[in-house]
Amino acid sequence: MTNFPSESRRRFFKDLGYVSIGFTLFSSCLGEEDQIMAERVPYNDTLPGSMRRENHVNAWLQVLEDGNIRVLSGKVELGQGIRIAIRQVAAEELDMDLDKVEIHLAETGVTPNEGYTGASASIQNSAMSVRYAAATARMELLELASKKLDIKVDELLLYNGRVKVRGSNKYLTFPEILEGVQLEREITTPIQLKKKTEYRYVGKAIPRPDIEKMVQAEATYIQDLRFPDMVHARVVRPTGYESKLVQINASGLKAEVSGVLKIVVLGSFVGVIAQREYQAIKAEKHLKKHTQWTTVAPFPETENLFTRIKKIANKPETIRNEGDFETETIHTQIIKSTYTKPYLMHGSMGPACAIAMFNGEVLQVWSHSQGIYPLRDALASMLEMDLDKIHIISVPGAGCYGHSTADDAATDAALLAIEYPKRHVRVQWSRHDEQSWDPYGPAMIIDLAASLDRNGRINSWKSEVWTDSHSTRPNSDAGTILAARYLEKPFQMKSRGFLAGGHRNADPYYRIPHLMLKAHYYDGPLRVSSLRSLGSFANIFAVESFMDELAEKAGKDPLEFRLEHLDDDRGIAVIKKVMELTASLKSKDGEGIGFAFMRYKNTDAYAAVAAHVSVDKENGKVRVLKLWAAVDVGEVINLDGIINQTEGGMIQAASWTLKEQVTFNPHEVTSTDWITYPILRHSEIPEVEVAIIDRPNEPVSGAGEVPMPPTSAAIANAVYRACGTRVYDLPIRIHKK
Amino acid sequence: MPNYNLNINNIQKSVDTDTDTPLLYVLRDYLELNGPKFGCGLAQCGSCMVLINGRATTTCMLPVSSIGQSKITTLEGLTGTTGKLHAVQEAFVKEQAAQCGYCLNGMVMAAVGLLNKNPSPNELEIKKALELNLCRCGAHSRIVRAVKIAANSFK
Ligand code: FES
Ligand code: FES
Repeated sequence: MTNFPSESRRRFFKDLGYVSIGFTLFSSCLGEEDQIMAERVPYNDTLPGSMRRENHVNAWLQVLEDGNIRVLSGKVELGQGIRIAIRQVAAEELDMDLDKVEIHLAETGVTPNEGYTGASASIQNSAMSVRYAAATARMELLELASKKLDIKVDELLLYNGRVKVRGSNKYLTFPEILEGVQLEREITTPIQLKKKTEYRYVGKAIPRPDIEKMVQAEATYIQDLRFPDMVHARVVRPTGYESKLVQINASGLKAEVSGVLKIVVLGSFVGVIAQREYQAIKAEKHLKKHTQWTTVAPFPETENLFTRIKKIANKPETIRNEGDFETETIHTQIIKSTYTKPYLMHGSMGPACAIAMFNGEVLQVWSHSQGIYPLRDALASMLEMDLDKIHIISVPGAGCYGHSTADDAATDAALLAIEYPKRHVRVQWSRHDEQSWDPYGPAMIIDLAASLDRNGRINSWKSEVWTDSHSTRPNSDAGTILAARYLEKPFQMKSRGFLAGGHRNADPYYRIPHLMLKAHYYDGPLRVSSLRSLGSFANIFAVESFMDELAEKAGKDPLEFRLEHLDDDRGIAVIKKVMELTASLKSKDGEGIGFAFMRYKNTDAYAAVAAHVSVDKENGKVRVLKLWAAVDVGEVINLDGIINQTEGGMIQAASWTLKEQVTFNPHEVTSTDWITYPILRHSEIPEVEVAIIDRPNEPVSGAGEVPMPPTSAAIANAVYRACGTRVYDLPIRIHKK
Repeated sequence: MPNYNLNINNIQKSVDTDTDTPLLYVLRDYLELNGPKFGCGLAQCGSCMVLINGRATTTCMLPVSSIGQSKITTLEGLTGTTGKLHAVQEAFVKEQAAQCGYCLNGMVMAAVGLLNKNPSPNELEIKKALELNLCRCGAHSRIVRAVKIAANSFK
C-alpha cells in the first residue's frame, strides 16, 4: 500500500510516483486580465525552531505534476484542525485557491522531523515554517520563470499555479517552470511575505473539510485502517507496574477460543494474535485468567497522597528569585494558602491502536503518536534496528490531549509484528488498559504566600510547587515506551526527574516587587507524562484563586485588583473584554460569577475566563451554567479553529475541575472505565461563549492549551461567590454540614 | 461457525461468526464499516451506536445472535443513495460540530434516533437523548446546536 520512501526523496517529481512532463513554452490564456497582486513586505525576523533541521523549500512544499501544491508537515492531526490552518497559510503566500493545496502530515523519511505535536506549538512551528517556505517558493518560481522567459521578475505575476507575463496572454505553469525538478532553495531572510491586510484565507473561519468526511464515515482514523490479511492482537498487561510474569498456562486457550494464531511471550510481555478482533479479545480474557504475576510492594499510603508527596519530594530548586521575599516578609502579615490537584487522565474517547508489519527487513508502523520521529528513535533502540529500517506513518486517532498511550500501542504492534512477520498486525487497547496504564497528568501541591503593602497591593509573593514529571515522552531511551520495560532484558527509563512544565505559570504574571518560585520534584506512585497545559492547570488554579483571596484581604474588586498589577496592554484587554461580556449578568441567590486571567507560559497567549455557577444549598452540588473566554493568541490563522479549541478546552477543564480524579488502592488503579472515572455528560455541560482578539501583527501562539488553566480558577472563584466556601482541592467538593 | 443473515443499510449481508460476537465487531471487522467506533466496549460512551429499527442503540455488548431481521442503519447508511446528507449530518457540518470527531458517529446516531421519535425536541430533550454519548474534546455545545438546527429543518 505504501512504498518505503527513498532518502533522496524530494528532488524529483518522479519520486512521488509522478512522471515529469515535457516543457512547453508559453501556454496562453486568451482575454484574461491581469490579477491585481497583493503587496509584499520583507520579513527579517527569526525563523521557527522547526526550520533548524529542515531549511530548504522542498522539505516543506512540493509542486505536483498537475501543478497543485503538497505541503509537508511533521505535525499530526489531533482534532485541532492543523491541516486546514497550514493549507490556509500556504495558499495565501502562493496566491492559490485553497483546494489546490493539499497536506501530507507526519511520516518518517517524508515529512520534516518536527519532534512532538504538543505544547500548542504546531502553528508557531509548522504553519510558520510553511509560510516562509511558500513565500520563498514564490520568489524562486518567479526567478526561474524570469530566467526561462528572459523577462524581468517585475514583469511577471504569480497566481493560481502559474507565472503570467504582465499585460499579455502568456504564462507558464509551475510544472512547466520546474521541468520535473523540485524547489530547493534555502529559506533565509529577508523573505517577501504577503501583506497581512491583503489576506484572503488567513484569519478567516474557513470550515474544516475533514468534518464533512467524518459525518459520512469517510474520515480514516488509525482504528479504521485495514490491510489484506491483517491479523488482530491484544496484549495481556501485568497486574501492576512492577509485576513480572511467573507463569502462563495457554493449554486450554485454543479449545475455548477459535482463530488464535500465536501467543507471544517475551519476558513479561505477553501478546496474543488471532484472525478476528473479537477472537483476540476473548483470547486476552482467557489468558488473563491463566497467567500468574509476581505481587509487588503496594503503593504506600494512598489515602494520604499529598502528605506522602511532601515526604518523598526532593529539596526544592529555586526557579526564580527577584527582590527579597525573605526579608520583606519578616515583619508583615503573610497570607498563606495551599492548593492541590489530583492525578488526571487523558481519557481519549478512542483507546490506543496501532498497526505494524515486518517484512523481514523493514518494519512499518502506523500510529497516532504525537511524535513519529522520537517514537522511531525509541523503537530502534528497543529493537536494536537501524533507523532507516523503521518507517512510521502518522494516522489521526481520537483526540489525545497530550502524551497518552499511542506510542505504547505502536510498541506493542512492533514487537508482535516482528514475532509474526509478513502480516499486518493490529493492536487495539481496551478501555480498561487505556485508563489504567495511561501516563497521567501528575498530582500537584502548590503552597502560596504573599504580603500586601499599605495600599493593598502585592508586595511579596512566594510560590512553592510539588510536582512529578510532565514529560516522559519517547526518545532514544527505550525505557520511555511501555512494553520495553517488560521484555526479557527490560529497559528502565533513565530520565524521569524533570521539573520543566511542572512550575509553568506558578510565578504570577503580575507586577510584584519581591517574587520567589521554588519547585520540588517527587517520584510518585503512578505513571505520568504530559497532559494538556502541563503544570499550568494546577498552578493557575492556585495563583488565580489566591489572587481573589488577596483582593478580598485588600478590600478590592477581584478584577480591578488584577488590573492594578498588570502592565501589559494585551493582558488588560482580555480582562476588559471578559468584563464586557459578563457586564449585564445578574446572579441569583445561590449563584456566583468568578474570573481568572493567565498569560500562558508567561510568554505566549493571553486568556481571561469568567464562570457563572450555582451551588445547591441542600447537597452542595456545583453546576457550571456558563463559561466565557476572551483570548488573544496573536495572529489568528483559522478563527473558528481557535473558537472551537477554546470552547472545547473550557468544557474539558470544567470536567477536570468538577469531577475528575484518578483513584487507586494499594494494588491497582481503580479508575478503569467511565463509571469509575466520570467526566461531564451532556446534561452537565455549561453554555460557552468565546471572544477572540485578533492581533495580525503579533506572532502567532498556539490556542489548544490556553483555555484550560484559567477555567478552573474562574469556577473556583465563582463557587466562593455563590456559597462562601473557598476551594483548595480539586475536584471541587462542597461539603454541607 | 454459525451463519447470520443481517439487514444492514437495506442490504442483506451474510456473516459466519461465533454467536457471542458483538454486533460492533461484525460491522467493523467483518463488514468493514467504519461508522460505528469502539470506545469502551462497556455500553458507557455511545461511540458504537447504530440505529436498530430506527432506534439508536449501542452495539459493543450486543451479541450478533440477538439481531435477527432487525433493520440496522449505520452512519454510512444515513447518506442517501444519491449522496444527499441526512439533515443531522448536514447540520453537524454547518456547525463544525467536531474536533477529533471520534464521538461523532454516536452523536449523529443518537440525534437521528431522537428525531425519529420526536421531530421537534427542546434543548433539554436533546441533551437527555445524548446523555450516554461522551465527548472528550468538549464539542457538546456545537453538537446540541447542530441537533436543534436539524430538528428545525424538519419543520
Ligand atoms: S463502545 Fe459501545 S458504548 Fe462505548
Ligand atoms: S470531538 Fe473528539 S471526542 Fe467528540
